[in-house]
Amino acid sequence: MATRQYSFYPGCSSQKGASSSNYLTSVQAMCEELDIQLNDIPDWNCCAASIGYAGGGELPRLTLSARNIALSEEHNPGQEIVATCAACWLSTREAAERLHEDQSLLAEANQALAEAGLKLKNETPIKHMVEALIEDIGYDALGAKVKKPLEGIKIAGYVGCQTNRPFGIDGESYENPRYLDKLVETMGADSVPDYEKKVQCCGGALAFSEPEKSQEMVKGIIEAAYDHGADMIVTPCPVCQMNVEVYQDQINQTYGTKFKMPVVYYSTLMAVAYGRSAKDAALNGQVIPAKKLEAIAAK
Amino acid sequence: MAAEKKLAGYICTGCGIGERLNVEQMRTIATREGKLGACKTHPMLCGAEGVQMIRDDIAAGEATHVMIGACSRRSKMEAFSFPDAAMSRANLREGVLWLRPDTEEQKETTQEMADDYIRMACAEVRFMTVPSASGEQELNKTLLVVGGGVTGMTAALEAARAGYPVHLVAEENHLGGVWTDLYKRVPFRAAAADVVGSKDIDLPQPEDPGVDALAERIRANERITVHLNARITRTSGAPGRFSADISTESGGTVTENVGAIVQASDFKPYDASNLPEFAYGKSPDVVTNFELERLAKDANGGPIRRPSDGKEVTSVAFIQCAGQRSDKPGHLPYCSGFCCTESIKQAMYFREQNGADATVLFDDLRTPGAAGEDFYRSGQQAQVTFSKGKASEVVSENGTLKVHFKDLILNEDTAMDCDLVVLATGQVPNTGPDPYAQLAVEEAETEEEKDAARRKLENAPPSILNLDYRQGTDLPQLKHGFVDSHFICFPYETRRTGIYAAGPCRRPMDMKQAMEDAVGAALKAIQSAENAGRGAAVHPRVGDLSYPQFRKEGCTQCKRCTVECPFGAINEDEQRYPLFNESRCRRCGTCMGACPVRVISFENYSIDTVGQQIKNVDMPDEFSEKPRILALACENDAYPALDMAAQAAQMGDGIELTPFARVIPVRCLGSVSLSWITDALNTGYDGIVLMGCRRDDDYQCHFVRGSAMAAERLSKVGDTLQQMQLETERVAVYEVAITDIQRAPQLINDMAATIEKVGMNPFKM
Amino acid sequence: MGDLNQAMIEKYRTNFLKEVEANVEEGEWVKMCMQCGVCSGSCPLGKFWDHPPQELFMMIRAGKRDEVLSSDSMWMCTSCYNCVVRCPRELPITHIMHGLAHYAKRLGLVPESQPTAAFAQMFWDNLMQKGRVNELKLGLKLYFMNGFGDGIKVALKHQKIGMGMLKTGRMSPMEAFGGHAVKDLKGFQSMIKKAQELEDQRIAEHGA
Repeated sequence: MATRQYSFYPGCSSQKGASSSNYLTSVQAMCEELDIQLNDIPDWNCCAASIGYAGGGELPRLTLSARNIALSEEHNPGQEIVATCAACWLSTREAAERLHEDQSLLAEANQALAEAGLKLKNETPIKHMVEALIEDIGYDALGAKVKKPLEGIKIAGYVGCQTNRPFGIDGESYENPRYLDKLVETMGADSVPDYEKKVQCCGGALAFSEPEKSQEMVKGIIEAAYDHGADMIVTPCPVCQMNVEVYQDQINQTYGTKFKMPVVYYSTLMAVAYGRSAKDAALNGQVIPAKKLEAIAAK
Repeated sequence: MAAEKKLAGYICTGCGIGERLNVEQMRTIATREGKLGACKTHPMLCGAEGVQMIRDDIAAGEATHVMIGACSRRSKMEAFSFPDAAMSRANLREGVLWLRPDTEEQKETTQEMADDYIRMACAEVRFMTVPSASGEQELNKTLLVVGGGVTGMTAALEAARAGYPVHLVAEENHLGGVWTDLYKRVPFRAAAADVVGSKDIDLPQPEDPGVDALAERIRANERITVHLNARITRTSGAPGRFSADISTESGGTVTENVGAIVQASDFKPYDASNLPEFAYGKSPDVVTNFELERLAKDANGGPIRRPSDGKEVTSVAFIQCAGQRSDKPGHLPYCSGFCCTESIKQAMYFREQNGADATVLFDDLRTPGAAGEDFYRSGQQAQVTFSKGKASEVVSENGTLKVHFKDLILNEDTAMDCDLVVLATGQVPNTGPDPYAQLAVEEAETEEEKDAARRKLENAPPSILNLDYRQGTDLPQLKHGFVDSHFICFPYETRRTGIYAAGPCRRPMDMKQAMEDAVGAALKAIQSAENAGRGAAVHPRVGDLSYPQFRKEGCTQCKRCTVECPFGAINEDEQRYPLFNESRCRRCGTCMGACPVRVISFENYSIDTVGQQIKNVDMPDEFSEKPRILALACENDAYPALDMAAQAAQMGDGIELTPFARVIPVRCLGSVSLSWITDALNTGYDGIVLMGCRRDDDYQCHFVRGSAMAAERLSKVGDTLQQMQLETERVAVYEVAITDIQRAPQLINDMAATIEKVGMNPFKM
Repeated sequence: MGDLNQAMIEKYRTNFLKEVEANVEEGEWVKMCMQCGVCSGSCPLGKFWDHPPQELFMMIRAGKRDEVLSSDSMWMCTSCYNCVVRCPRELPITHIMHGLAHYAKRLGLVPESQPTAAFAQMFWDNLMQKGRVNELKLGLKLYFMNGFGDGIKVALKHQKIGMGMLKTGRMSPMEAFGGHAVKDLKGFQSMIKKAQELEDQRIAEHGA
């Protein structure tokens, strides 16, 4: 039996063949090393992220998350829900809180859930994976597992929006959260503590509909990382990762820049530092290869 | 007082003094040059053993005058407190050690500095005597409270609760004053501190005004004598022995002797007939916030009706800052600070009692007071609409009112219709005529000036106190007719000692703040009466027993002391000599600084106690490259700033002071005699730096006008310098705040740099 | 939906604020805004908003119904929550923006060419089909949003990105055929249908 078990909400983008499937791979490797068992919420559904609001009204959107929590409570009773995706975590936690505050909404949500034979008790804490790592395990224990310190790599911690606001990690500030920097240092790499774009929005919600607006913001995020001499950017959010990594060619075309900045997940760093292979760390999932990590993984 | 002076010195060798300074040399200087009978040293003078040594010497008659060479006079005040002896203190620790670097090449000049401070302290103490009260005081515990409003009633009740009898004088035929018509009051509390999930719960709501209950408590209190329909027709005397004539409308007058006075005359509502643009006076449905309270009181919880036709109000607009925060003629230039919360409260009446739309048009919503921001949120929860907009005009058409305003967020001119308009008008202080306007008539040199001064007084309000003082009938004012007081440190202390201002007569405020003010002023009045009974100063030199004395035979009756005293403490006797009222005196010494013939002095502070310090500094010759800079620093702000600079420097976080400076604390820059300046220049000081508190409208001077008086007198010192053919840069006057920790020593260092530029004073003796 | 719009206009004739309070998600907070403007200054896309949140709130109070609901502004929100954590009054501004956008959508007042409104609707429709989002189908639909010719151009422009994603296994052509889905699709869909009914019913009661 694993030391820790969580009820796991992977989310759409982590599925096989989806945009952050590499995230899930590295998370699995990381969890194996930390003796964490992730029990998928059976038959989970999409949370509608924060873009579902045009088609979906308040109640239908809340009901989506209510279904996931209800499934978790039924099949993984007593286990805290953990999500790796910022939007999944935010939507689920927000829904839990709204339904906790508004009893008439809760009643309506349960009326709808009954159609699928479910009932929401709404008693389950909902955590982001980094919350679980930092609050439940702690930096010291995370550091104790390091086999290959990421020495000589300078990594800008890009926290972004939704893992930071409105909930954030306990004890961190909204304007200058430091947990990614601490994680980077715990893995033996150098952080960029005064990375001024660490909580800047990447415009993820508009990346498809109005790409010129989001890419202008992404440009700033990458530029600042270069200014600080960073070798790569690390992020806890799949939207941030994708947005900051995959549009660099287009940004280079628009702005005449020469960006080639790898963007990885904290779990990528940890899987490598914990001595796992490049494949387990999903380094093959990098559109812009993280060569310095590949070198360490190959050692 | 001992008949024979016994001078004794005590030098502490602790805190590094013994290590860095030649203590033996200082002892020798104290006895030989300082003429002390004896000088002892102790490794920790402020400890029980050291203090006991001094006490024993005093008890044994070995020391009547004590010179202590240790830390700053602002340190170890409890330890070095010897009421039976005159005492001076040489500031060796903060003044020398901490401000000077501990290096070999600086040793000589640092030692010279310390030696001089010993010489100065010895000279000072030689010219001091132990102060004692004049003995003409008596304790009168009765207080007079002028004003029957909430402020006055609260002051009376608080004093009575503390055991002090009160005469409460109200102009009206009932208690309550301007607050009488209040339907409800702005709440006296904030929201619960522990608000779950940042949701608005338990927000403060309008409260019962409590005015009647207060009046009832007054009537039931046997220590309080109420005088209704009454005014003060004459006030004379001083703290501890005021005499007040209380005259009633019916013509009767009683005279009461009181120890201290609280003026709680509150405010007068602003006259809205100055606001024709808002149709005030044209439409009966445009009312002031004061008038609305009466409408609300009439409605008694039911729907409020508009005055024109009795229709229930369905929509109401509040125009904030009506006739306020504006430079237009007839408007109040200031913010009255109570009208925003007042409008929130009144808008809530309409939401609750009428279900009406209530819109508050504001520019800046300001919610000082206990309920503050929470009350704003309370109004928002009640669905009062707050629009950031500036009203320009109210037009009455066909039974409705149209309010034209500029929406300041959407940046557009727009208008709204409503049944009733409430003008959030301000508070005009209910104070008497400006005493200095009265004085200006008397002091005017030409008939023309006299006429101009008289014209200024033509529209003056009637006197509140009718003081029988040399400097006018009422409390001095600062701005806009509000009573003057030291805003930060001494809010209730007016410029007439023993008379305390409370409530809106000193600044605009709401009821809760006025009541808090009343408590403060009542306690201050009690303190004043008690201290007057002991013959001791009440503030800021609490407990000081000294008071100004003067040599009548030298006086030229120039009147400068009677005119320049910031506190009107000095009257004139029949022969036009100054008549000091020591319990009105704050002991600042402004009279001493003003006196051209140097006949005014205090037992422990005089022309000589400072003048002799200046003279006893060892003056190196012109070619020594060791200039001397005299710094006269106000003991309230500048001297503490230098002490703190020393602390900072000792912690490695400050700047050092030039070793050529010799700093002397003064009670106030107003006490500086020009003779000190000329004497210093004549004896060879190369530069003089004077550091006092900020003056004029935003003054910080603890004696209100002292710093300003000094600046005025010193403005002429340039002429003296030119007559002596000295460079005018040699004397500099600065305003220094207690927070100027870097700047205070820097200003003195700047003078050292100036001297390097202009050269040494050729008048070295 | 035009009928609903008309019904709302009738009901709240003079008071748009009340309409917003009753019908917009978190709309009851609008009255609590104190017009400090911190939200407007904190928005990463602030320069693209015709009316930043502070101004929208003021317009709601001033009864500018059409201007607010047909505004492009709230569709600029990226849900970054900067305004939410900085608002001194702790207004859930992000949610109010979503709520206004949804209400405008419900009443049929969204500007026609609003791309985010279109994308957001596609996203919702996509997830409604299988209970999970199919990124490939969503992307393709987006590319062809403005017709086939435009779609090819957009797709070509993004070709390189698509190739990168394919090569790294982060995009799968298999998703075009079926793709991931919840197993209890029937239960899922009737649950959402019920939720929509309950919500429509609630709003119809307000509007009646």
